[in-house]
Amino acid sequence: MQVRTPDRVSVEPPVRTDPAPRRRARWWLSRNSRTLQGLGYAAPTAAFVALFFVLPLLLVGQMSLHDWPLLAGDRGGNAPENYTDVTDSTLFWPAVRFTLLYTGIVTVVLLGLALLLALLVQESRPGTGFFRTVYFLPGALGLASASLLFWGMYSPTTGPLSRPLEKLGLVDGPVSFLGTPTSALLSTVFLVVWKFAGFYMLILLVGLQRIPHELYEAARMDGAGRGQIFRSVTLPLLRPSLALSLLLCVTGSLLAFDQFFVLTKGGPDNSTVTVVQLIYREAFQRLDLGTAAALSILVLAALLLLNALQFRGLRHADES
Amino acid sequence: MGSPTTSPGRIHRLIAAAVALIATAALATACGSGDGDKGGGGGGGGAADAKGVDDGATLTMWTRAATRPQSEALVKAYNAKHRNKVELTVVPTDDYQTKVGAAAGSKDLPDLFASDVVFVPNYTSSGLFADLTDRIDALPFADDLAQSHIKAGTYDGKKYVVPHTLDLSVLFYNKDLYRKAKLDPEKPPTTLAEWDRQARAVDKLGGGVNGTFFGGNCGGCGVFTWWPSIWAAGDDVLNKDGTEADLASGTAKKVYDTYRGWVQDDIVAPGARDETGVTWTGVFPKGKVGVMPMPSTTLGLMPKDLDLGVAPIPGPDGGKSTFVGGDAIGISATSDKADQAWNFLAWSVGDEAQVDVVAAHKDVVARTDLASNKYSEADPRLVTVNQLVADGRTPYALKFGQTFNDPNGPWLTLMRDAVFGDAAKVDKDNEAVTASLGD
Repeated sequence: MQVRTPDRVSVEPPVRTDPAPRRRARWWLSRNSRTLQGLGYAAPTAAFVALFFVLPLLLVGQMSLHDWPLLAGDRGGNAPENYTDVTDSTLFWPAVRFTLLYTGIVTVVLLGLALLLALLVQESRPGTGFFRTVYFLPGALGLASASLLFWGMYSPTTGPLSRPLEKLGLVDGPVSFLGTPTSALLSTVFLVVWKFAGFYMLILLVGLQRIPHELYEAARMDGAGRGQIFRSVTLPLLRPSLALSLLLCVTGSLLAFDQFFVLTKGGPDNSTVTVVQLIYREAFQRLDLGTAAALSILVLAALLLLNALQFRGLRHADES
Repeated sequence: MGSPTTSPGRIHRLIAAAVALIATAALATACGSGDGDKGGGGGGGGAADAKGVDDGATLTMWTRAATRPQSEALVKAYNAKHRNKVELTVVPTDDYQTKVGAAAGSKDLPDLFASDVVFVPNYTSSGLFADLTDRIDALPFADDLAQSHIKAGTYDGKKYVVPHTLDLSVLFYNKDLYRKAKLDPEKPPTTLAEWDRQARAVDKLGGGVNGTFFGGNCGGCGVFTWWPSIWAAGDDVLNKDGTEADLASGTAKKVYDTYRGWVQDDIVAPGARDETGVTWTGVFPKGKVGVMPMPSTTLGLMPKDLDLGVAPIPGPDGGKSTFVGGDAIGISATSDKADQAWNFLAWSVGDEAQVDVVAAHKDVVARTDLASNKYSEADPRLVTVNQLVADGRTPYALKFGQTFNDPNGPWLTLMRDAVFGDAAKVDKDNEAVTASLGD
């Protein structure tokens, strides 16, 4: 007992340490409660992403390494045949070239027009609200529906565009808006610009409205003209919105499908086949899901690379 | 205590129980405890009952939009007089292959599904249809069913489908315009040369009237309306296995040259170059086109005031033929209501359905013994069409879709080179078609 007494005395710290784990737990909890809360909020989304993005992506990766007929059939491994088959197709490189050309044209025309529209409705004047709504309205329509609408309008026999042009004497006969490679491309670009200009206008408008008025006033007091103000104030401060628009526009255009599927079906003479149309063709015309998956993986890799380059470029621009 | 050791035990027991349960359920299903297995169900070709079972089952069925009116009429008539009920889903034609493929992958096919007859070999060779050999052979009129459809649905000696809707390519000509052009409205063309002369004569009327029309950006329209002119001359376009094309023959080139001449001399109605097949059949009913090949299923949809005649598609120097298209229908291999589904199929090719539904709708009957019936006798155009079934062909190729129907496929390239572009490329294009067929 006596031996134990000093022990007990000397073992005071354990008496003190008894509540310590609880305190430590509380301290840990309080320190990490935000983290736990965050994880709790993120968990459902993370689960959805895992279920609807990561898992399908893994499945696509697996499919791309196997024979995978759409209808019943053997599904043996065949790597890397699906990947080499993709580039064997005579449509592949023309489709890549066409998709890049389309992306280039759409990006320049669409963002240019969107910026112009945003500048037009930047200031709040009577009627501005009306024009903002009108510009944005086509954006509320689904792309497939809009494509079908334009398909009807472009029809040389039943469409409403050809006859007035004939009556005005501007053309000799029915106009074939989708009949030549150039006219088919331009007609599709027109549809896409009509459809999305209002949407990108909205993004740029938000950016424009975040630029402090004082900067414009200061520039004016310094004697800067409209062009100078646009170059030195508007454009630099609008860069984040322009960057976002550029990213969305480039990615969306590289994945173009609906508009061409409805309007041109890749024609005339395979002149408007996009890369995503090739994926559809492999899967549902040639009934070969393996090659379609390989093509999808290649497109995904190209997009990741492009987006990484864009982000890097933008970060450099921000730092400078 | 002990929980760390007992938990896995519990889990193992639970897993074992679940596996046993699933296995029991699977065995029960495999042994055929359901309705559908009466009389060789499960879609298999067991003991055949010629009439199937009508016990009030609900059957699901898919058809494509292109043949919707015929399918709807048959289903409506069947549902009115049977205890079984068929629930029909009409799928957009362009999406049909996709939908069937996706459903086949997930074993989610309906009890019955019709298909464009040219795609049937894809489905039979992939095991999507149930074997109907015994059931079809037990029909008293088995030999009178349209044999081109039966052949297209025969794989490894087993029969998988019956004809559902027959759609033949035939010449439609506008008798009013023929009269105005001083042509005999009772003498449609019997050779491609006559067709050419008559189209040009009508075209001379002017005032928005054109000689002819065709779907120049539509591969399916091309096989349907151009190939009969080649067959009429006794030539073929594919080898027996559907792995080689003969689309650059002298006869084929004669056919292409005629169409090319119409394009060059502006005998064709506007829009032919862009026509992807969507509005192809909407041009003739407006009454401004002289003579053009069309699907026979459009006969019942023509304006009543349009005085039109129907004739077989001729070859360059005569003869006649047709593309026996349309839909064939079978029972999906995964259906557990095969007997009930067969009840619908057997009825749909029976006398009552074929005469009172199909013929009454001015469509082609699926049986040669009913080519002449009370409705066709009242309209000689129907007799012309019905009798053509015997002269027609249904091409067979496993790669038919990707070669001929694909808007980015090699056949459309050949078609467009032949009539709009560089006709000298036809031989090379034919090689590309063969490569696609053997791909």
